[in-house]
Amino acid sequence: MIGFDEVQVGDELPVLQTKAISRTTLALFAGASGDHNPMHIDIDFAKKAGMNDVFAHGMLSVAYLGRLLTGWVPQSAIKKIDVRFTAITQLFAEITCSAIVKEKFERDGSKFVLLLIDAKDQNGDIKISGSAEIALT
Amino acid sequence: MLDKSDIGKVFPSVTAEVEKGRLRFFAKAIGENNPIYTDEAAAKEAGYESLPLPLTFFFSLKMDVPNPFENYEKVGASLAKILHANQAFVYHKSVVAGDSLTFESHIADIYDKKAGALEFLVEKTKVSNQLGQHVADMTTTLVVRN
Repeated sequence: MIGFDEVQVGDELPVLQTKAISRTTLALFAGASGDHNPMHIDIDFAKKAGMNDVFAHGMLSVAYLGRLLTGWVPQSAIKKIDVRFTAITQLFAEITCSAIVKEKFERDGSKFVLLLIDAKDQNGDIKISGSAEIALT
Repeated sequence: MLDKSDIGKVFPSVTAEVEKGRLRFFAKAIGENNPIYTDEAAAKEAGYESLPLPLTFFFSLKMDVPNPFENYEKVGASLAKILHANQAFVYHKSVVAGDSLTFESHIADIYDKKAGALEFLVEKTKVSNQLGQHVADMTTTLVVRN
């Protein structure tokens, strides 16, 4: 596991690139995540609600961000995730998850790294942005 | 329309089991290839008693009820109008398959922007395990597009 002293402000984590989000992706995520909101899986419902088509669950991309983090440190090191959904993620989006070290700090005798995290689509549009707190030793 | 007098309202608590099959399905759905999330032997080797609960799966288990959106609809946030605005998780203790989690939620805030065109509902949830240990906190903010 990476140590606190090995991390510098400004370091970037290896990005996580996902495949295009298909209707199958959304059907599987609806079932697995338990979010059966028809807005994500039923085009008729989405159209009635004034959308052109179904769109991705925001929590799917947060799960991708989770994979980015657990690809860097063991899950037990991750203490907090806080994200804002800035735009709807459309069908066929290819999501890139990134993180950069914003700050290193100590609290109550423990050492932490604050990451700025975001998920962008293939056009570079930010869909989710936020932060994560990682405990390192 | 939301009603600010609903601030403080407590939703019925939800208790859900952490099931291995469900965690494997979730791993598949999010493209997770790390074997600790699907293979119990790999999880044990990594120091977990069983498959660990993925970071965002608390949000899923909380919806493990017949109509997870009922609470929101009852306070005036209909499904066709809501979007997820913010989500936060704070982790206190690890959770693995076989654990049973209880979710206790309340409405922490209601506010609006753009002269009521956008209303926000902030829900806070305390998550405890079968031993009564506080394992995580979640804050969910929904926006209602009027």
